[in-house]
Amino acid sequence: MSSTTAALQSRRAPARKAKAGGRTSRPAAGKADAASSPLFSYVVSLADDALVLGHRLSEWTGYAPTLEEDIALPNLALDLIGQARFFYAYAGEIEGKGRDEDALAYLRDEHGFSNVLLAEQPNGDFAATMLRQLLYAAFMHPYFQALTASKDARLAEIAAKAVKEMAYHVRHSAEWVIRLGDGTEESRRRAAAALDELWMYTGELFEMGEGERALVGAGVAVDRESIRPAWDATINRVLAEATLERPAPCGMQSGGRAGRHTEYLGRMLAEMQVLHRAHPGVTW
Amino acid sequence: MYTQALNVKDTGKPASAEDPGKLARFQARIDAEEKIEPNDWMPEAYRRTLIRQISQHAHSEIIGMQPEGNWITRAPSLRRKAGLLAKVQDEGGHGLYLYAAAETLGCSREELVDQLLAGKAKYSSIFNYPTLSWADIGAIGWLVDGAAIMNQIPLCRCSYGPYARAMIRVCKEESFHQRQGYEIMMTLSRGSAAQKAMAQDALNRWWWPSLMMFGPSDKDSVHSTDTMKWKIKRFSNDDLRQKFVDATVPQGHYLGLEFPDPALKRDEKTGHWQHGEIDWSEFKRVLAGDGPCNRQRMKVRTKAHEDGTWVREAALAHARKRAERAAAVRIAAE
Repeated sequence: MSSTTAALQSRRAPARKAKAGGRTSRPAAGKADAASSPLFSYVVSLADDALVLGHRLSEWTGYAPTLEEDIALPNLALDLIGQARFFYAYAGEIEGKGRDEDALAYLRDEHGFSNVLLAEQPNGDFAATMLRQLLYAAFMHPYFQALTASKDARLAEIAAKAVKEMAYHVRHSAEWVIRLGDGTEESRRRAAAALDELWMYTGELFEMGEGERALVGAGVAVDRESIRPAWDATINRVLAEATLERPAPCGMQSGGRAGRHTEYLGRMLAEMQVLHRAHPGVTW
Repeated sequence: MYTQALNVKDTGKPASAEDPGKLARFQARIDAEEKIEPNDWMPEAYRRTLIRQISQHAHSEIIGMQPEGNWITRAPSLRRKAGLLAKVQDEGGHGLYLYAAAETLGCSREELVDQLLAGKAKYSSIFNYPTLSWADIGAIGWLVDGAAIMNQIPLCRCSYGPYARAMIRVCKEESFHQRQGYEIMMTLSRGSAAQKAMAQDALNRWWWPSLMMFGPSDKDSVHSTDTMKWKIKRFSNDDLRQKFVDATVPQGHYLGLEFPDPALKRDEKTGHWQHGEIDWSEFKRVLAGDGPCNRQRMKVRTKAHEDGTWVREAALAHARKRAERAAAVRIAAE
């Protein structure tokens, strides 16, 4: 870990002191990890994005429209859950309070999750799932590419593995969006509807809080705005080939990074966490 | 998994009605342990038996994704979640290459899937039981995959080449699944009282259905001797069941669990574990469609298939459009 990273981590300490001194700290939108270091929060948000979307994809297992897709969708889910595990493990080490990947995944409430709203949107039909995947992967692929140059060696290492996976996610989802957009009348209608529904969640992919900006300045995180040209290029190319129109600029939804989610996440987590929470402290 | 189809009587044109010369040469090759390949001559009854067996095996893998898939979204740790996802995905993979093996016999995947959805083709009865706790995921891996391996290892030497080769790969993965399942049972058995109770309950519910997976007792078995002669099946139902019981009982005892069979005892003379009488009326009931989840499994599979129709149609329509465009470009160039 670089010395800049260490410096950013240490910002956790004064925050804790302030709390201990009994001063009322500004409530940070119900975020459980408000007192944590920017690096911890950042790494957890990367993990949350991956876990929540990975979980959504895993819900498809056994119900896909083709047998090939019944194999491909768990593959995508496994990639994302794998990424989440690396990020959670690292976040736990940064925090240094003994929380492991499962403590972070299973023992935080929805307000503590900082994933983007796009990731938690329900699967909907196959068009919605593939559009959601394309919008996400077209961002994360170049993002991880840039993150491989992070001054934080661990993040660079995780990104180097993830970038290969996200390249496949872009290819797979793009192929389907093209097939569905330029397929039958019904598939085109469904793809267009899904695109329209999901578009308002894409703005949040580019948002950064104060902590993340500081990490960008320190060469640890990636400036999300710098990903826009690559994302635009992929989305425009795929939509053109799919004969789908790019939605007009609209009001964007956000709040996920601060723990303010759509109504869907709470239910998803309730299901995901139920067994783990029913037996506190045991080994599985 | 699963050789249930080999317990069914074949009712088509009997092998005895085939050209005796060809039939003799075919049998000589099998006796010499040669593999029969897709383009080789084979009796119609051999082809039918294999299509029925391989497709039922494939259907079992596909339906088998449901009971285990039931716990993917509730898996209690990220490691278990990834393991289970990968396992269920493997089953889809097995289904895929088993359908491909069946296709080498001249029957398309679509036809085979239609037979399943129309209720004309069977799948292994074991998947008509529900998964009621996380321990069921351990029990399925340990017992159901364990039983499947006993059935499938001999199939690696099956006389039909494509099936035998598919089985080699399937067996490797199943054996990994079996170890993974046993490891889940081990963790639960060494865990809290509630976890241990969960493991015991799963064993209680899955033990007898697992024994039934080997099919009726030899004395009641209706399958023709042809499958043995053709080296599709190499061991009798009871022989395989005995192998499974002998391998599994000590494993269960090592876990500190009790088998739900008061008659279970080791024969000191032979060294074999003897089990009590299997409730064949339950087996028949589940086979006939009245198991706890028969209707639900078919309903879910049918719905997934129907919900996916528009996607498959779109893929076909798009492929057609691409082909037309490519042809138009070629014509324009000429």
